[in-house]
Amino acid sequence: MQVKEKAIELLSSGKVSRVLGWKQGEFCYDLTPAVFESAEEVERSFVFSPLAGANLAKYLIAESRKEGVVAAFLKPCDSYSVLQLCKEHRIRRENVYLVGVPCEGTVDPDLLRENAKGLTAVREAGGTLVCDTLYGEKRVDLSAVLLERCKVCKSKKIVVFDELLGENGEENPQSTRFAAVEEIENLTPEERYAFWQKELSRCIRCNACRNVCPACSCETCVFDNAKLGTDNKAPASRFEEQYFHIIRAFHVAGRCTDCGECSRVCPQKIPLHLLNRKFIRDMNTLYGQYQAGADEESLPPMLDFRMDDCEPSAARGGKQA
Amino acid sequence: MKKIEKARLPELFAALNETAALYLPADRDGVAAFTRWQEGVTLTEKLNTVRSAKDLFFPQVETLANFKTQGGTIEIEDAARQDEDFIVFGVRACDLRSFEILDRVFLAEPQDTFYKARREHAAIITLACNAPEETCFCTAFSIDAADPQGDVTAFLTDTALCLRANTEKGENLLAKLPLSDGAESEIAAWQKQARETLEKLPIQLDLSGFTGERMMELFNHPAWQPLSEACLGCGTCTFVCPTCQCYDVKDFKTKDGVQRFRCWDSCMYSDFTMMSAGQPRPTQKERFRQRFMHKLVYYPMNNEGIFSCVGCGRCLQKCPIHMNIVKVAKTLGGERDA
Ligand code: SF4
Ligand code: SF4
Ligand code: SF4
Ligand code: SF4
Repeated sequence: MQVKEKAIELLSSGKVSRVLGWKQGEFCYDLTPAVFESAEEVERSFVFSPLAGANLAKYLIAESRKEGVVAAFLKPCDSYSVLQLCKEHRIRRENVYLVGVPCEGTVDPDLLRENAKGLTAVREAGGTLVCDTLYGEKRVDLSAVLLERCKVCKSKKIVVFDELLGENGEENPQSTRFAAVEEIENLTPEERYAFWQKELSRCIRCNACRNVCPACSCETCVFDNAKLGTDNKAPASRFEEQYFHIIRAFHVAGRCTDCGECSRVCPQKIPLHLLNRKFIRDMNTLYGQYQAGADEESLPPMLDFRMDDCEPSAARGGKQA
Repeated sequence: MKKIEKARLPELFAALNETAALYLPADRDGVAAFTRWQEGVTLTEKLNTVRSAKDLFFPQVETLANFKTQGGTIEIEDAARQDEDFIVFGVRACDLRSFEILDRVFLAEPQDTFYKARREHAAIITLACNAPEETCFCTAFSIDAADPQGDVTAFLTDTALCLRANTEKGENLLAKLPLSDGAESEIAAWQKQARETLEKLPIQLDLSGFTGERMMELFNHPAWQPLSEACLGCGTCTFVCPTCQCYDVKDFKTKDGVQRFRCWDSCMYSDFTMMSAGQPRPTQKERFRQRFMHKLVYYPMNNEGIFSCVGCGRCLQKCPIHMNIVKVAKTLGGERDA
């Protein structure tokens, strides 16, 4: 059964009172997350496609606190975010109905638009995207315009659901998601500093990365807290290069599921996932394998203490000049 | 009309830079940005920059004054104003219009002397568009992207860059450059094709309903709730927008005093215009509404009907949830569902 039909069925049968999904935009790629309250609304403007990239897990924090049950459709990576938020008691599991949707990857609209300038409409035909543009028809390989996170997808397994549309997938231990982290680890500290300075100095401190992040769900972010004097809205004095991103990465360490939303939304194309993946990799090597959001029971590495935990000095090092 | 072969662009940029510091849109790690020219910097192939040309006149952060304490005295040091000429090459028609919109804010009394100094010291070379993208809707604001003004207008054809001076400043600038003579006729076909594409841009907006008389009706419109529902309050739309002009003034404590700076602010933020009495826009709905009411109603009410959107399409491209001024205008104008 297709996603849209499922949404209609859930609403008309009264099983749920609302459906969280994606609403048709002006073009093919600009879908907006939306809550649908009736089958007619779904009929009119609900869309699901490889261009529905947004992870809607974070919206469930607020949605699950409202009256009635809300349904949500989860790609495998979204399911990790949802389970992690359930584990943190942020999402009220009893108020959400989760439908797992297997996924072959989602499209990076920027990449697609670069390959099909003036893009107005798109159809999928096999592995090809047939694009209508202001300058004629263009054919683009779907695999060439996938989001980075999809190119190195860590898992096709849907870890939490009430119902599945299709077959569940498997984790992908062959994912090459840590390759770029390794490359950076192999740089000298000076080269590494230069790399991050080059990337992070583009930051405009728009906060899209933080605000989209399912793990960044604090009621008041430390960077917005005027009472603490830690608020900051200007990328002044190299603050971005030195603190904001590193502090944010620390705050989500052990909770970041590597859903890839931060890099997806950054208007300046900063590879933020590299910071999070470095933390994930370090935790894996220093404290044992751990995947945030994979289950609801295990103790997160940052809350767990064992006598044989490594000393902080173990984390230093890296290649020296 | 003057011209230079396309292959000789590096030479032109070097010559421009001889006369004054040159900024132009160039790729920086795959992202187009207005960049200080130096040997090797080339013009981007991208239609427009992620951050707008506004940055060069109203930077994201700037120091206004420094206070230094010594013993019992405070020394106040006013920050320097721009005092050297500079050239901005490659401003698109939409961004050029944004300067007019910002001028009405920053050059009204009391004038913003930081902004004013930059405006006065700049020479602007616009770049006409002939390959707009689907997100462009400058035409909704009667902007002629195929023939923008500025001190000089540049037209980049397949083989040459044609330059036409529009002001005395522009005349003087062109006189210093290694150019040959060209004729208007050389860009006629190019311009015709550009206008044909501009005419069939997919976003057509009817903004006739956005009037001062309808202010309260629009303000109280039920669609603000569904429109703002998914907004993350991130502020990306305001930071990439060429006409967003709000800023905050903050103090930064230094070793021996205080640095007073201003930085862009965003109506999308929870502490925007926070007062001792609290936050006048308590939820994201009110913050979201502010941005669009300002562009489409409040600004025109105060400025002879001029909208403070220029149709550059940046918020269409960069909003993480793809909510934007086009969807808002069409919904409030009754053309689509919220
Ligand atoms: S989304 Fe990108 S530009 Fe915006 S704050 Fe995050 S890193 Fe900076
Ligand atoms: S509101 Fe959007 S389209 Fe209009 S000027 Fe600002 S960024 Fe451009
Ligand atoms: S909005 Fe108009 S002026 Fe701006 S880049 Fe697009 S076509 Fe050119
Ligand atoms: S409209 Fe979009 S870009 Fe603007 S604050 Fe909301 S989510 Fe961010």
